[in-house]
Amino acid sequence: MEIDPFIFRLSIFILSIFVGYYVVWSVTPSLHTPLMSVTNAISSVIIVGAIIAALAGDTNEVFNTASLFGYLGILLAAVNIFGGFLVTQRMLAMYKKKKKKDK
Amino acid sequence: MISANLLAVFYLISGVLFILALRGLSSPETSRQGNLYGIIGMGIAIGVTILSVGNFSTGFFLLLLFLLIGGSIGAFIAFKIPMTAMPELVAGFHSLVGLAAVFVAISAFLNPEVFNLGSQGNINIASLIEMSLGSAIGAITFTGSIIAFLKLRGIMSGSPITFFGQHYLNLFLGLALIGLIFYLCKTQHGNLFWTLIVISFVIGILLIIPIGGADMPVVISMLNSYSGWAAAGIGFTLENTALIITGALVGSSGAILSYIMCKGMNRSFFNVILGGWGATEDASKKGSKEQKPVKGGNADDAAFLMKNASSVIIVPGYGMAVAQAQHALKEMVDALKKNGVKVSYAIHPVAGRMPGHMNVLLAEANVPYDEVFELEEINNDFANCDVAYVIGANDVTNPVAKSDPQSPIYGMPILDVEKSKSVLFVKRSLSPGYAGIDNDLFYRDNTLMLFADAKKMTEDIIKSLN
Repeated sequence: MEIDPFIFRLSIFILSIFVGYYVVWSVTPSLHTPLMSVTNAISSVIIVGAIIAALAGDTNEVFNTASLFGYLGILLAAVNIFGGFLVTQRMLAMYKKKKKKDK
Repeated sequence: MISANLLAVFYLISGVLFILALRGLSSPETSRQGNLYGIIGMGIAIGVTILSVGNFSTGFFLLLLFLLIGGSIGAFIAFKIPMTAMPELVAGFHSLVGLAAVFVAISAFLNPEVFNLGSQGNINIASLIEMSLGSAIGAITFTGSIIAFLKLRGIMSGSPITFFGQHYLNLFLGLALIGLIFYLCKTQHGNLFWTLIVISFVIGILLIIPIGGADMPVVISMLNSYSGWAAAGIGFTLENTALIITGALVGSSGAILSYIMCKGMNRSFFNVILGGWGATEDASKKGSKEQKPVKGGNADDAAFLMKNASSVIIVPGYGMAVAQAQHALKEMVDALKKNGVKVSYAIHPVAGRMPGHMNVLLAEANVPYDEVFELEEINNDFANCDVAYVIGANDVTNPVAKSDPQSPIYGMPILDVEKSKSVLFVKRSLSPGYAGIDNDLFYRDNTLMLFADAKKMTEDIIKSLN
């Protein structure tokens, strides 16, 4: 009997939840805000769905209802990807250790 | 252009890079590198997807154009946003992820051939269920985050909005969603799909309006989690490993943060979500309205006390963010250090409007992160400290949480500020905090109330110190 590919995806999903669980518990509380902004940025990987929706359809017709939603998805996700990673970068750059010994 | 297997391997690689991005956040030193991994992972995912589609006609240039427009908007926001506005920024970004998920699902529903999901009117049942779940959660994330954004921004009042039968209405709409998905699978009718999305939009609004302003840390974390589950739902539909892995990571991350926030308030998740807290406490407020003596002081008194102390602990809260007092605070601390005073910062898990909010603000003001401590790390030090300087925090310092089982905040972990030799409490008036209860600390013998705006008072203290 063959295993449905869905089961493989489900396995990846469940295992990733566990990976996420352990990785996130090890995040230091002082970085919880950057954690939220970076998770927000990576969840915008949904852009791959939007790209397929926008480009993979009928190549003779640039815009149809389905591809239009794809382009809109690309636009929204792009705001998030750039905004999310850059604002995380900006925040992380501010975290500094004490310089030598404070006078 | 790229074989399906190679494509899957690349998606797996970007999934692993995303895990490393989160792993990096375990310490500030490794965090910047982690962020870089995240960016590379995203670049790989986008790059291979474009190659796999292999359409380099007009559409490709449109794609670049949309990426450029969206990216510029994002970059502009990222550089311009003040750190105090971080909670609303994150809420706003969540809404975009939610809406993008809805758009991708709509597109897949309208044109299933593109995604190999069958044909229109004859979509695989499994894909249809995944698609429905992804778009429903995405839609809830979208409107929920908009409401959270409006509340955080102050455009909408932060007080809970409740009405009769609210929970029943939500329950009814939730059941309606399940029914709709069921009939959608049976009939494949487009109108059912649209209704599903509209109802989810409404649920998103209804879920967040009864939740009060200070519970926002939980709400933001929860919406963070939802945006992850929505991405995972779409990932299942598109059979895309990168999306499934990321969705699971983000989903569990948000769930853990919600849990930490709830624990910081000693409330159950459902208690927060069902909302309406803070509105029902009027009765207890009136009961304790009798006048009790309070000691008030001015900046000179505060400066004198702190100058002659050997150790000072600063307790910042949401009020510091509102008054934008973090830079003045840092300046005051520098002046104190010049006088040989040992200064550290104590941060309660739910201080501010999102997890880690205070830490970011202090980092912005150039406070080294090894002077900033979490509740468990520093709580024992209050007993040996001369002065506690409470700036913009209230409920998280209320000793009632330990002594009065009748109090709504009873059992909430609090900072033991009252144990220090003297307490300086910067506050504009004696009004109660978010929980609507009087803070016992105001009336203690060792408390000196500094009635002023947090920033103004801190600046006056600096003048007096120099």
